Amino acid sequence: MTIEAQEANEADVRTFNLNFGPVHPSAHGVLRLVLELDGEVVTRVDPHVGLLHRGTEKLIEYKTYLQAVPYFDRLDYVAPMNQEHAFALAVEKLLDIEVPRRGQLIRVLYSEIGRLLSHLMNVTTQAMDIGALTPPLWGFEQREKLMVFYERASGSRMHAAYFRPGGVHQDLPQDLIDDIADFAEQFPKALEDIGGLLTESRIFKQRNVDIGVVKLEDAWSWGFSGVMVRGSGAAWDLRKSQPYECYDEFDFDIPVGKNGDCYDRYLIRMEEMRQSNRIIKQCIEKLNAPEGRGPVSSEDGKVVPPKRGEMKQSMEALIHHFKLYTEGYKVPAGEVYACVEAPKGEFGVYLVSDGTNKPYRCKIRAPGFAHLQAMDTLCQGHMLADVAAILGSLDIVFGEVDR
Amino acid sequence: MDEAPQKHPLEQLSEHISAGIGDAVVASYFAFGELTLIVARESWVEAVRFLRDDPECKFINFIDLCGADYPEREDRFDVVLHLMNPHRNTRIRIKTEANDMDPVPSISELFAGADWFEREAYDLYGILFSGHADLRRILTDYGFDGHPLRKDFPLTGFVEVRYDEERRRVVYEPVRLPQEFRSFDYLSPWEGTDYVLPGDEKAKS
Repeated sequence: MTIEAQEANEADVRTFNLNFGPVHPSAHGVLRLVLELDGEVVTRVDPHVGLLHRGTEKLIEYKTYLQAVPYFDRLDYVAPMNQEHAFALAVEKLLDIEVPRRGQLIRVLYSEIGRLLSHLMNVTTQAMDIGALTPPLWGFEQREKLMVFYERASGSRMHAAYFRPGGVHQDLPQDLIDDIADFAEQFPKALEDIGGLLTESRIFKQRNVDIGVVKLEDAWSWGFSGVMVRGSGAAWDLRKSQPYECYDEFDFDIPVGKNGDCYDRYLIRMEEMRQSNRIIKQCIEKLNAPEGRGPVSSEDGKVVPPKRGEMKQSMEALIHHFKLYTEGYKVPAGEVYACVEAPKGEFGVYLVSDGTNKPYRCKIRAPGFAHLQAMDTLCQGHMLADVAAILGSLDIVFGEVDR
Repeated sequence: MDEAPQKHPLEQLSEHISAGIGDAVVASYFAFGELTLIVARESWVEAVRFLRDDPECKFINFIDLCGADYPEREDRFDVVLHLMNPHRNTRIRIKTEANDMDPVPSISELFAGADWFEREAYDLYGILFSGHADLRRILTDYGFDGHPLRKDFPLTGFVEVRYDEERRRVVYEPVRLPQEFRSFDYLSPWEGTDYVLPGDEKAKS
């Protein structure tokens, strides 16, 4: 083809490429999207991920099981403890140990706090992506309170390292439990305020209804999970279908969408926050009941290091403490897959142990990774402005996508 | 009345799968409440299609695909696939062996979601997938060399980057470690280390 003919062809096609990100405010982190546009209609999306790749899986292979825990906070840093939970469950499955009841209740409580953290962030920033400025301000006020609860339990607002194999690190003081109870009383009101701004808003609906529709069979094949399949009509929630910890004791409902569009996913996230609040209230009741007292982590001293007070008294405790913080514990050889219903979907850990004190292979199955790869299909035929709405509604956090 | 212990539903399923694609299944085992199948590389796609379409299996939900490295083996890599059947609430793990020369047939035709996961396995382990439409690197840097999750790839990598004030761009340089990489030998503290402390050779001679 001559150069002139090539130029003429290019003039006919009139598509052009647009680089979206990696520092675009509605890219939710460091996503680079190479968009191919026909006028204002998107014809192709090529997401370039990995700009936040830190080699988490490689690093974990060189750490003992206990040292690997904090890496999970740094994946989905919006709801850190939910990630640790999957790892803790995988290690516990290999070690075949049971977490004491109070430990389980605290895990459920903080998993639901994590869900509130993540959904508050997602719902309000997705609204901000399409032009609403007030919801993030109101949502982040609530998140701030929740992060204080994180800090009071673990000493850190985000990178908690609180759910450890065998249980949780420390018991909760009673005044913290009381303060969470107070929070759960006022939270529905704050949630209604945010919902009042968005749910019936004409602009919000115009931007979200019938945008980014996912059919259910596609959702399964894409590897979607969590809100992304519930939005398309599947009543699927790991907390109900494969109840881990003591989720089967709790009374809560699973909201399901009808149309699989961004608006349904928004409504589901709002309803899930109400349900999480219900679980938190039940959790506090159970924690305050006499059966809810007791140890918070496994007590045989072979996995969970002993407390300081014990070390001052007992030689055996001192030896355990020294051994567990230097060599760590050995995990029987084998391979397991453990997953939790993280706020963003099924967060799984595939753990291979060769019987030493370090994981041989630790694959992190992040829900956002599976969701993001559908961007191309979801955005085709939509307008450029819808890309931000769809991306927001997929609930992407780059810590877990890039690992 | 003592009855024979009821078989776990996954073990029954395993028998059904062996009846269906028995010659493809090299081994299957049931451990930690999870069913694992190992299938031959040439029948990888066929086996996955059976698991997806067979009315007893119906593993329609793609969960995860990843690599794993066992350098002492002849075919050093494992390709590990996790699938789920949301209607029966069952999960399965299927593995096949691979090396860095011969490609594994891609299953991205069967599961749309396998696309990026295969790219990731290629990027981190160098496992090739034949029939994959777009086998590019995904997680590592543009122009990255090597496959970082292989066991023979050092944790520190080979290059480090910094912003060069004079050239006004990011430059790549070989890794310099101000402190030696510390790898503790926790496993056999009493049997000695595999390095020789200076002076120890005198004691041996």
